Amino acid sequence: MQIELTVNDKLVTWDVENDEFLADTLRAHGFLSVKKACDTSCCGLCTVWMDGKPILSCSILAMRAHGKKITTIEGVSQAAEEFARILTAEGAEQCGFCSPGFIMNVLAMKNELDNPTEDEIIHYLTGNLCRCTGYMGQLRAVKTYLGVA
Amino acid sequence: MEAVNLRNVGHSIPKIDGLSIATGKPAYTEDLAMPHALVLKILRSPHAFAKIISIDTSKAERVEGVECILTYKDVPKVRFTLAGQSYPEPSPYDRMILEGVVRYVGDEVAIIAAVDEKTALKAMKLINVEYEVLEPVLDFEKAIGHPSVVHFEEDLTCNFDIGLHKEQNIVSSHEQAVGDVEKVLKDCEFVVEDVYYPQAQAHAMMETYRSFTYQDYMGRLVVVSSTQVPFHIKRQLARALQIPATKIRVIKPRIGGGFGGKQTGAGDVFAALVTLRTGKPAMIIYDRQETFSCTTSRHAMRIKVRLGADADGFIRAIDLEVLSDTGAYGEHASTVLSCVGEYTLPLYNKTKAVRIRGNAVYTNKMPAGAFRGYGATQGTFALESAVNKLAERLAIDPTEVRLKNISQKGETFLTGHGVQLGSTALDRCIKKGREMIGWKEKFPRQTLSGTKVRGVGMAITMQGSGIANIGTASAEIRLTDDGNFALLIGATDMGTGCDTILSQIAAEVLEVPLDKIYVSAGDTDTSPFDPGSYASSTTYLAGTAVLKAAEELKGKILDQGAKFLGASKENVIFEELSVRRIDGEGEISLAKIAEQTILGMGNLQLAAMATHGSQISPPPYVAGFAEVEVDVETGKVDLIDYVAVVDCGTMINPNLARIQAEGGIVQGIGMALFEEVRYSNLGKMETNTFMQYKIPCRQDVGNVRIAFEESYEPSGPFGAKSIGEVVANTPPPAIVNAVYNAVGVQVHHLPVTAEKVFLEMLKQQ
Repeated sequence: MQIELTVNDKLVTWDVENDEFLADTLRAHGFLSVKKACDTSCCGLCTVWMDGKPILSCSILAMRAHGKKITTIEGVSQAAEEFARILTAEGAEQCGFCSPGFIMNVLAMKNELDNPTEDEIIHYLTGNLCRCTGYMGQLRAVKTYLGVA
Repeated sequence: MEAVNLRNVGHSIPKIDGLSIATGKPAYTEDLAMPHALVLKILRSPHAFAKIISIDTSKAERVEGVECILTYKDVPKVRFTLAGQSYPEPSPYDRMILEGVVRYVGDEVAIIAAVDEKTALKAMKLINVEYEVLEPVLDFEKAIGHPSVVHFEEDLTCNFDIGLHKEQNIVSSHEQAVGDVEKVLKDCEFVVEDVYYPQAQAHAMMETYRSFTYQDYMGRLVVVSSTQVPFHIKRQLARALQIPATKIRVIKPRIGGGFGGKQTGAGDVFAALVTLRTGKPAMIIYDRQETFSCTTSRHAMRIKVRLGADADGFIRAIDLEVLSDTGAYGEHASTVLSCVGEYTLPLYNKTKAVRIRGNAVYTNKMPAGAFRGYGATQGTFALESAVNKLAERLAIDPTEVRLKNISQKGETFLTGHGVQLGSTALDRCIKKGREMIGWKEKFPRQTLSGTKVRGVGMAITMQGSGIANIGTASAEIRLTDDGNFALLIGATDMGTGCDTILSQIAAEVLEVPLDKIYVSAGDTDTSPFDPGSYASSTTYLAGTAVLKAAEELKGKILDQGAKFLGASKENVIFEELSVRRIDGEGEISLAKIAEQTILGMGNLQLAAMATHGSQISPPPYVAGFAEVEVDVETGKVDLIDYVAVVDCGTMINPNLARIQAEGGIVQGIGMALFEEVRYSNLGKMETNTFMQYKIPCRQDVGNVRIAFEESYEPSGPFGAKSIGEVVANTPPPAIVNAVYNAVGVQVHHLPVTAEKVFLEMLKQQ
């Protein structure tokens, strides 16, 4: 079927299969920042925004994006880079494979929560798995970024 | 070279690739694949052990869009190993690309290549396979002498005598003994004996295994692979596919984590075979289930420990008896087995006799392989649990027992072939760690309420830095035509940051800013040989190779600069990117030297190449301390605080060292508390998604605090040792010990679950 949606502020019309997931559609159209790693909606790597809210793009059918606004990290490059600089200053990106999805969720959290506590930060980001860093460096980076250190 | 007044080494420089990968730039295998590459799917065995009677692929082949379907009839009849180890590999050549026998649930039966995933999956369902199901060997403690023989084939070979007795399902036997353990134990005042079962653990790196292959304009096979070992993959493919190594190029792009998993080949050989058969690009991506159930895990083990100490608390004898489950194929079986002793016995050095003996056995389960820690993790769990038990028997504080017994600088080891310990700060690590955790106030337990008890526990560990006399690394540095430097390395950054660290070392020696250097790495066509990033090798071995190459190149630049300035080499210095005469009578910039040597009539591109191997493998150390809270009504264990104090020699990049440590500790916490690769009684893996196999998430790990106590390793670059693996080892014994100190329950089978703790507590009542 054909869907119309806005991706990173650009209106697009895409042909998608009925059983196609949004993450695959986005990758097929060159948004290679979108990663998949679990097949069970557990890892958070495929996080993008739908109408400004973080979603798991591997678990949402592409057709459900019809009429919606999708944002990938490519669409928020300035804010993403600002946080990525802090993250890499901690060394907390390591393999980097989980970073785009993680960053999308961090930016969403910044929009959503005012002065979150450490517990609130951890709660908000729990759906983003990372096997390299042990999470501590990411937490330091997030606190620095939010100015709640 | 002393680590003082350094501009690059010792500084927390962000990774040179960090910003790019963090913001999602295309850099990983799948990102680089050609859009029309064939998609591969693998039909896998539903049986733990079976012979294939017949395979009918005719219906599947008729599906539109299917390019080819390959079975055991279509592959070279040659056995090889997927273990990424230096040639000659000590792992048996016990597998074929596809075979008429399947040895575990998930073993490969057929390769389907099609235009897209849907077509490949549709075709897969139409393949008809008839099996003769055999009785599998599932319990590794019953493998030796089991009526079923996992590898009954005649053509299985091994490059070394590793004690292989395939008719008994023994892939490797190992014994190392110094002194008379039985006699020394008999003379000991205190003897502790116990059995521990470190479990199989999944690597669970975020990027699953994947490989993209194509033939280039010369007809050569190009393999873009998410691997830690590009040169080993190249050699493996040459043997498995029976084609000359000159026809193969392996490229390692950015990779999304490895942890040793990607030291063993996975899908490369299937994609490569399809490309060779069809001439077309091919892509294989293991899904998460395949990654969990059709690759490798940590070796599950049973380790019996006997420890003897005299009345003064000196450990006089250590005896380890190991049984290791290597699964269906013997990748890394013999070396992981021997490393159980290699990286534990030298911890304590008041010993008069030590021994390790044991077997690695074949079973009909997924193969075990390399995993961060590589036997040391399992050995540390057993030995350190026993040392904690000994401390209790001796009525000496566990930290004091360690301080009394650990090895000191300059000492040799019973098992160490006379090599002296060049550096250790382990004593400082222990003292600092116990201070940070509040050991004196908290040991052994604090009762918070009627239902909550907190306990503290500790453990120490060591690893190596590279493999002595086997591991090597090469590096080349060129002065480029624009006055910059190209650093060519075969080391494989898997997120660890070695491209950055090695650049820092080069920049330090060459006395240039880091941005004057660019790195070209992980391409078997252009990189100098490096076995790859494993065995905690890269900083220590590749780092020294880079250091040597940089020193040589710097000498050449000074020579050349002096020549241009009409001075002798002794009368020039290098500063501010120029060669200057000491007398101030002239200078020439690096850019000008490059221009005049490389371009025009210079006819001399300055470059230097160095290879480094080490006769020793100096140990890094960690002292780990855990504080847990146990709910006495449910047995639930919460980790409150974990302190690890690390001696990795000089830190080349403190932030990257810290992240390595934090990540390793959390992987160890996962092994201690959550993770377990489990099989059904038919041999099917039950933990093949993140729904069943739990890795720690942000809420599970409490507070992890890392501190460093630097030593200076004379044989390492700027005094550095390794850090990659040693950090994974302390959590299992330290956490198990903390739980014991809290509620008196000694867990022998990892992981420590609420059920195990609760049931044991019930028994005690």
